[in-house]
Amino acid sequence: MDLSIVTLSPLLAAAILLFLPQGKTVRVFSLLASILQFVFSLSLLNKIDVNSTVLQLNEKITWIGNFGVNYHLGIDGISIWLVLLTTFLLPLVVLGSWTAIENRTKLFHFSLFLLQTSMLGTFLSIDAVLFYLFWELSLVPMYLLIGIWGGQRRIYATVKFFIFTMVGSIFMLAAIIYLMLQTQAVFGQMSASLLDFYKLDVPFIAGSFFSMQTLLFFAFAIAFCIKIPIFPFHTWLPDAHVEAPTPGSVILAGVMLKMGGYGLIRWAIPLFPEAANYYSWIFVSVAVIGIIYGALMALVQTDIKKLVAYSSVSHMGYVVLGIFAFNIKGVTGGLYQMLNHGISTSALFFLVGIVYERTHTREIKNYGGITSQMPIFTILFIIITLSSIAAPLTNGFVGEFLILMGSYEAFPVYTYFSVTGVVLGAAYMLWMIKRVFFGEQSDFIKKHPLTDINLREFLVIAPFVVMVFWMGIRPGDFFKYAQTSVDYFVKNYNHYNLLEKNVGANK
Amino acid sequence: MNSENLIAIVLLSPFIGFLINGLRFNKKTPVLSGTIASIAMLISFISAIILFINLIQLPVDNRKLTFDFLNWFNIENFKINFSFVVDQISAIMILIITGVGFFIHLFSIGYMSHDPGVTKYFSYLNFFVFNMLILVLGDSLPVMFVGWEGVGLCSYLLIGFWYKDASKASAGMKAFIVNRIGDAAFIIGMFILFMEFKTLNFHELATAIKSLGVAPMWTWSSPIALGTLFLFIGATGKSAQIPLYVWLPDAMAGPTPVSALIHAATMVTAGVYMIVRMGDVFLAAPTTLFVIAIIGGLTALFSATIGIFQNDIKKVLAYSTVSQLGLMFLACGVGAFTAAMFHLMTHAFFKALMFLGSGSVIHGMHEEQDIQKMGGLKKYMPWTHITFFMGWLAIIGLPGFSGFFSKDEILWYSYASPYGSKIFWLLGLLTALCTAFYMTRLMALTFWSPSRFSKDVHPHESSAVMLIPLFVLALLSIFAGWIGVPHVLAEYLGHIPNYLSSWLSPVVTYVKPAVDNHSIELGLMVSSVLLVLVSAFIAFKIYILPKPSENKNSNPIKHLIANKYFIDELYNTTLVNPIISGSKNIWYYFDVNIIDKTTHILSDLVSGASRVVRQVQSGNIQTYAMYIVIGLVVTLSILIAR
Repeated sequence: MDLSIVTLSPLLAAAILLFLPQGKTVRVFSLLASILQFVFSLSLLNKIDVNSTVLQLNEKITWIGNFGVNYHLGIDGISIWLVLLTTFLLPLVVLGSWTAIENRTKLFHFSLFLLQTSMLGTFLSIDAVLFYLFWELSLVPMYLLIGIWGGQRRIYATVKFFIFTMVGSIFMLAAIIYLMLQTQAVFGQMSASLLDFYKLDVPFIAGSFFSMQTLLFFAFAIAFCIKIPIFPFHTWLPDAHVEAPTPGSVILAGVMLKMGGYGLIRWAIPLFPEAANYYSWIFVSVAVIGIIYGALMALVQTDIKKLVAYSSVSHMGYVVLGIFAFNIKGVTGGLYQMLNHGISTSALFFLVGIVYERTHTREIKNYGGITSQMPIFTILFIIITLSSIAAPLTNGFVGEFLILMGSYEAFPVYTYFSVTGVVLGAAYMLWMIKRVFFGEQSDFIKKHPLTDINLREFLVIAPFVVMVFWMGIRPGDFFKYAQTSVDYFVKNYNHYNLLEKNVGANK
Repeated sequence: MNSENLIAIVLLSPFIGFLINGLRFNKKTPVLSGTIASIAMLISFISAIILFINLIQLPVDNRKLTFDFLNWFNIENFKINFSFVVDQISAIMILIITGVGFFIHLFSIGYMSHDPGVTKYFSYLNFFVFNMLILVLGDSLPVMFVGWEGVGLCSYLLIGFWYKDASKASAGMKAFIVNRIGDAAFIIGMFILFMEFKTLNFHELATAIKSLGVAPMWTWSSPIALGTLFLFIGATGKSAQIPLYVWLPDAMAGPTPVSALIHAATMVTAGVYMIVRMGDVFLAAPTTLFVIAIIGGLTALFSATIGIFQNDIKKVLAYSTVSQLGLMFLACGVGAFTAAMFHLMTHAFFKALMFLGSGSVIHGMHEEQDIQKMGGLKKYMPWTHITFFMGWLAIIGLPGFSGFFSKDEILWYSYASPYGSKIFWLLGLLTALCTAFYMTRLMALTFWSPSRFSKDVHPHESSAVMLIPLFVLALLSIFAGWIGVPHVLAEYLGHIPNYLSSWLSPVVTYVKPAVDNHSIELGLMVSSVLLVLVSAFIAFKIYILPKPSENKNSNPIKHLIANKYFIDELYNTTLVNPIISGSKNIWYYFDVNIIDKTTHILSDLVSGASRVVRQVQSGNIQTYAMYIVIGLVVTLSILIAR
């Protein structure tokens, strides 16, 4: 029941929400509910066996028997951190949008909880139909978040966001249906279970793009790569971020992009290992291009939020680079980098939101010299920046270093190019800091005196700061849960399979 | 107290000082904040001294104290602990860092007393020392890298300390980004060495190299050659060598004590320290040593020439620092690691002294930094003058003063080492001549020549809290060289042992000179001293005159040098500006026009197509009936045709 409680409890909270009055009650209830959910999800760490590669805490209920579709949830060392990242962020999002979202609070928090269920469902579903359902469901609340509480060009941004991701998903749907038909042909019984898909041996012909495995691989991979997003499918992201309200940006960057990275590890690569291996050069190349390209684009943005959005493209490029190194350091780093990005970029969006709430501008040129008015804010911003530019002792360094190390083992030449991201990352962040925080006060700031962050805002940012250093100094505390699963993935992705066992049953 | 605790105290004391002052960062209490920070440094310094004494008491071939703190990485074969080691090399470093650091903290109490951000300043300064100690105590490259980037961060914060001035904030940013270029190379260097040796621990690397048992190869492409080369590129960033030295002159935007501590005595020597620490690995890569010697020698001479025409007192000292660091790298490049450490130490004393002295001058002159607007300060600031004078004697290398011993050792090895050559020696000698020239010019224009400042400037001598550090550093600048008296002189001086080289010999591999001829050694020494004195005398004669003949742009070469060979401009036009304007164009043409236009066209196509197809479903029953008839006809005709 544990996984269902984690996944579906937000739905319950959303339902209760409907009976509450607008405004403060909704906020307080949402905050408590999300904290409760986070605390409960932490108990998963005790419930799973970290030394086992099997799929744990399985829950399986027949849903559409004829098609072999089940409500099937399961967790392992790879998905657990993404689940915890998701539940960790929600209370902060609720607290962070306390004053930013003023109208239709009920619908807003309803959307947040719906989004939460769909994202958690995506990370936990073992059934392809269920996975697809949750995957697509996540678009709807995000559409609402941006479309209702977004900026001026919000309609353009939402449609773009929706269409980009839908186009990718449609290919994936076709591939899922094909695989389901295959299970019937091979096993005599149709199944939508990922575990049955793993057992299929889809034919692969090296060099021919039209071999079945290659086509299916790309059908999945494109859906995931648009979500991540990988160059050149990234242009929906800056628009979506710029128009999204702060909580929307936080969830989008913090969790939704990781659905793509997770999809690669759990679905696309182990299902179609030969194709993944054969075409890995494409992914590594676009990853490296993305790292450099995203950083260069971030360098010249005039809108702080757009700058952070392009930095996401760069950071997520590292994730893909690590995953396609197919070695322990690379994949561990890639997984870790997903968490790091969830921490540092979410925090950056919160921080940008904090000044935006005061000034209602995101144009860098309007700012200047705000440090004297917001000293504590500046300190927090610089700490998060250190995480973003991967300074040692922050989480960012651990992820980036392992990815680069893994990629150096696998393909040194690409690594020589990707370390330029280390330099460019520092350049775009520090240049922005210089223009926003340092120098003389701009005329705009003189007209709009700023106040330093208040206690509520501090409480939103403080957990991120703690995580930045905890994950940076003691990564072992986090690795130990994922290590067995990652080792298993790296050694066996060519004939990947997950056994489903409940913990305790097989000790 | 056991040595583990002592190492922890050395490290943590400045960190706690940082936390205390960091938490009360907006308090305007110069004396209290400065005292907190200085006490933190003093505790650290005393612990370092005790550690040093403990180390001496250990047997010669087992002088090593370690402190294994906690695990950092443990992934597959990559295992790194936060562990720290005090041995002969790092013991010298922590004494310099905490000792010189303490006196610079003391000096800062006076220097920063009127600054509203004084508490923040001291917390940064303590934090810097903490990171610098991690850098030198770390027992593996990744732990060293923690300090390596940490000192870069502190340098960034302290250069841009007066952040309201945009140009100072820019200088901090430039320092960090240029350093990052070196850091990226450092990372690659670590990967290459790790792939080859499966370890990044200094001790294990040295053991692995020794166990290879093959003679070093003259090759560019071996992993050792490449790995060390990339590490050296990292060092050119941190230690301001060609081509990454450009940040250091700008770094003078920071408060002057910062320049003394970070940009003269400690941080910028990190690259030299790293190479000495990994001496055995670098000795296995003669190609890299060659590159290091060339770069070091060229940087030394190149920046010394720039120093000749600078008018900002701190800029002169900055280029001088770049130049002296070049000499240290020259020493590393010819395998004379002991000489590099020796010069690192003496330079830390006399350059910190001169930076603090310049701080005293700037303070006394009410923030004036242009030496053309000074002169005659000897009368107004006698103590500053006499201590600066000692620094001057040390840096030009007057026999008996510290700089003489260390610089002479570098010159000798660059000539006599198997990796050396006459060219390297010549580069070193020319550097020494330029150094004597510009330092004498600096002394003359600042202290000796007739005063050129306006009537309403009233120079004053600094307070005791600023003068005491000057005295201590002056004493060290005078006498510190006697711990490394060369063998050839020791014969005449009552056989003084060379304490430094015997101290370092168990951990630093000694490269025996290829030339071992005392008369050549003495001859080179005497001639270089004489030439230096001539150079200093010429500068004295020129700049002691009431009206120094420095009319701007008099000839093209001077114009070129006075403008620092236009290297900043070159980098801006060939690198920085193209990257920024190129990115703007790519963003506009690729993201906005190609990708988005394509998707817009696609979406227009889809909506256009659906507009057409939508006509089919008009809801008109007669139309539908017509479709049925058409369908029937088509189906029937197909059937009939078969």
